[in-house]
Amino acid sequence: MSLAGYEFEVQRDDGLATEEMTLNMGPQHPSTHGVLRFVVKADGEIMRTALPDIGYLHRSIEKISEKVGYHGFMPYTDRVDYVSAMQCNQGWAMVCERAAGIEVPRRGEFCRIIACELGRIASHLLSVGTMVMDIGGMTPFTHAIREREKVNNLLEDLCGARLTFNYMRIGGVAWDLPPGYAEQVTAFLDRFEPFIAEYNDLISYNKIYVERLANVAAVSKEEAINYNLVGPNLRGCGFQYDVRRDEPYSIYPELDFDVPVGTGEVGTLGDCFDRYMVRIKELKESCKIVRQCLDMIPDGPVLARVAKKLKPPVGDAHVRVEASRGDMGWYVVSDGSEFPYRTKIRTGSFSAMSIVDKLSRGIMIADLIALIASLDVVAPEVDR
Amino acid sequence: MSPTEIHQRLQDQHDDAITAFEADALDPFVLVKSDSIVEVCQFLHNDPDLAFDCLTNMSGVDFLKEEYIQVVLHLYSYTHRHAIVVKVNMSREEPSMPSVETIWKAANWLEREIYDLLGVVFTGHSDLRRLLMPEDWVGHPLRKDFIEPEEYHGISTRRESLLK
Amino acid sequence: MSLINSVPEMVVTTKLDEVLNWTRKSSVWYMLFGLACCAIELMQTGGPRADLERFGAAPRATPRQSDMMIIAGTLTLKMALRTKVLYDQMPDPKYVISMGSCSNCGGLFQLAYSVCDGVDKVIPVDVYVPGCPPRPEALTEGLLKLQEKMMQERWLVRGSSAQAAA
Ligand code: SF4
Repeated sequence: MSLAGYEFEVQRDDGLATEEMTLNMGPQHPSTHGVLRFVVKADGEIMRTALPDIGYLHRSIEKISEKVGYHGFMPYTDRVDYVSAMQCNQGWAMVCERAAGIEVPRRGEFCRIIACELGRIASHLLSVGTMVMDIGGMTPFTHAIREREKVNNLLEDLCGARLTFNYMRIGGVAWDLPPGYAEQVTAFLDRFEPFIAEYNDLISYNKIYVERLANVAAVSKEEAINYNLVGPNLRGCGFQYDVRRDEPYSIYPELDFDVPVGTGEVGTLGDCFDRYMVRIKELKESCKIVRQCLDMIPDGPVLARVAKKLKPPVGDAHVRVEASRGDMGWYVVSDGSEFPYRTKIRTGSFSAMSIVDKLSRGIMIADLIALIASLDVVAPEVDR
Repeated sequence: MSPTEIHQRLQDQHDDAITAFEADALDPFVLVKSDSIVEVCQFLHNDPDLAFDCLTNMSGVDFLKEEYIQVVLHLYSYTHRHAIVVKVNMSREEPSMPSVETIWKAANWLEREIYDLLGVVFTGHSDLRRLLMPEDWVGHPLRKDFIEPEEYHGISTRRESLLK
Repeated sequence: MSLINSVPEMVVTTKLDEVLNWTRKSSVWYMLFGLACCAIELMQTGGPRADLERFGAAPRATPRQSDMMIIAGTLTLKMALRTKVLYDQMPDPKYVISMGSCSNCGGLFQLAYSVCDGVDKVIPVDVYVPGCPPRPEALTEGLLKLQEKMMQERWLVRGSSAQAAA
């Protein structure tokens, strides 16, 4: 690849010529979370820059939407972010509903939120698990995956799939909750909430772990906003903003939950540890939301009547959804036909990747892995 | 501020740059001339009452029949919690507009993506390379008249039906 | 007959080929290489519940130490060239499992402009596992099928070993 604009001078100390080293990391690299590639320019162990090279998983999802129609695009949204596919389903359903003016039945909204928050738990579990694995600890990963399997089971009961759910429809959800679901979920949550404390005991405040993460790649609030960092990465900088609370959609205004932020408890505000800790705390909040939803869920239909050949009026619509990796923007342009004219998905990982070049300057090569893991970058979300 | 007030403020300052305002659309938008986009955005970003500190989304749309390409910027202000959409139209043959990268860093990659997939040239961009497609790829795939190549480096992109 | 009867009971007689194949199949190390959604299922297969390691399959981080490659996910054209390089780096004998509809034939993404529909256009494949994504059980079954195939390799006959390695 060409590196226009990134030439560096060769450094010379007295008499001893040192040369800058160019390292290639990925696309096949065990800890780059899917196929990401970095071209690292390093001076010894210190990185001058790490240039991300993306597109190894560009599956032209946006273009496919123009060929498969509004309803047919739903399974593809699962693949935009397969780690937490529920929120992508919701984003697409919401943008279509907004464009076509469809009202979702109340029970449908509750089913959506229950599914989404379970999805968020699954996604954050994978994120905190792989984070430890990337840094070198294998055991906590298996603990996190064990819990994730249980969430997967719950979601499988709900929609028949473990990963690519295709649960939501434009106008509601595909199926109602199965019988006895509330008890199952409550039983899981009862076991899961103590697990968070156990996980914290196991690894979060482990000395080595804290040392690896504290003070690494801190982001300030202004910088984060300018680079459009979203979700846990933005909250990690101590800025309390959550689309669920501040630009509420669905039934979130009726629910009671906190928005955890980074506090800089072991180092600088906005460092890797803060981003990690926000995710851990969000696990608890999601449990809270699911419990409330299970209590409040009303009876009624879950799916509104929607035309098979949905034809939203000419125009465009944009919605923002708080996915696991933060504020996700869905933009759809309709030309009045049954196929979307253009779809654009702006994801949290995309902006998180664009800041890597800036953050990586001057840190150690080994810290790059911690940085990527703490930003919780998922390759398909970057490339789509 | 409501979109109408935002438009009013813009109109007061940059009257000749704004060509249209659509208040009834789902997301109200202002249409801005492409050569004055940087001043308008600068104003939107710096004015303390507007303070659009975040570029949440930036997309390109190819209108084949109407023969223009539209770049859509979704702006949001964390300070005031309001939003506006800015649209820029340009010709299909040689689409180009000034880059807003100096105002919002987030635009860097978003513009590269639009350049890659739609071929819009952003003048003044610091590093305008392809982002998603390989560097030796030909064409801009999100154009409506894009034709998929037969093969790429000897890998055919066609597949016969498995049922035969 | 009398010879076999005369050896003690704890001795097992077999063919050299079988011993070789048995040792090989009991430690197929796979390359830790995830492409897309299927990679998450691959991870969970390696996790505590499905536990692929009880069949001798352990993940390795580099192609030079692995016997098997699991293509888990969508292969884009940009990645296809790299995958070929990775495959060429693996030592013989090497095997490939194609996991999921995407790498089998393009799957959902046959409509896409940037996806190589079918990994077999780039490298030879031994076992195809269908599904989108295949469940961990399905992948385990794929591994067992591959082990069956490995048991049939013949190393001591001239010509056929070259064939098997190819
Ligand atoms: S087969 Fe399905 S789950 Fe696997 S990579 Fe393809 S789309 Fe994803």
